[in-house]
Amino acid sequence: MQLQYFLLLAAALFCIGVYGLVTSRNAVRVLMSIELMLNAVNINLMAFSNYLDPAMIKGQIFAVFVITVAAAEAAVGLAILLAIYRNRDTVDMEQFNLLKW
Amino acid sequence: MNLAEGVQIVSFIILAAAVVAAALGVVLIPSVVYAAFLLGGVFIGIAGLYLLLNASFVAAAQILIYVGAVNVLILFAIMLVNKREDFRPVKFAWARRGVTAAVCGGLFLLLGTTIITTPWAFSTATPVGDDAVYLIGEHFFSDFLLPFELASVLLLMALIGAIVLARRDFLPESALTASTENLKLPERPRELVAVAKADQPSN
Repeated sequence: MQLQYFLLLAAALFCIGVYGLVTSRNAVRVLMSIELMLNAVNINLMAFSNYLDPAMIKGQIFAVFVITVAAAEAAVGLAILLAIYRNRDTVDMEQFNLLKW
Repeated sequence: MNLAEGVQIVSFIILAAAVVAAALGVVLIPSVVYAAFLLGGVFIGIAGLYLLLNASFVAAAQILIYVGAVNVLILFAIMLVNKREDFRPVKFAWARRGVTAAVCGGLFLLLGTTIITTPWAFSTATPVGDDAVYLIGEHFFSDFLLPFELASVLLLMALIGAIVLARRDFLPESALTASTENLKLPERPRELVAVAKADQPSN
């Protein structure tokens, strides 16, 4: 098993997340894409922790912090989504242009 | 984990294929409910990858927090905003998707080249294995104590912020005093939202 396999998998997952983040119309799917990207970063941290720093495993500590921040981000993001839905009566990302021009 | 090399490679291939396929499903499948369930599949596959990387504690935390909390939260959000609507088609949607796919493919190629050409400094120290839990605890209460405490403050802020953001709007003072006679909750009913929005377009 090599480090590069895990890093390539994480890169693929991150790129899928970026694609979903840009092209999704549904706001819930945008939040799901953000979760995909955060998980790709976590795979990177865990792979570095196992292969480059197996004695101190600081990568695992970082991954735990990223998981914490991701949980907080999901809660606040979905609350914002509910507030927007109550105001605009839609979840279409194309119609959230209140601050655009 | 004391697995043979071949077993590790086979399980890595299976887990990686499952994770990538489920992630593509999350992004591409039209139904957002199926996408949410596939996201749970992605999280479980990533937990399996953590087990391959000798990190059983973080794998358990991944399943508890992501599958148990975040995914359920996303499903609840889908149920709360599940309005059957067909999105208005935008012009040049295919061009937007094509350009995004090209940019993401280019990013993947760039990252892949970097990963393969970088000379990684592999460590030869013996991995801690299943003692990782003790080591994580020592890190949390010695050199990572301040971020640990800040994480608890962040979680408290997110809790309060989510409640403040997601609760219903209250009526203004004048309407509140007028409606105290019929003893209703001082909360805006669902069917009056459209009327109130017409009154205050800046809301």
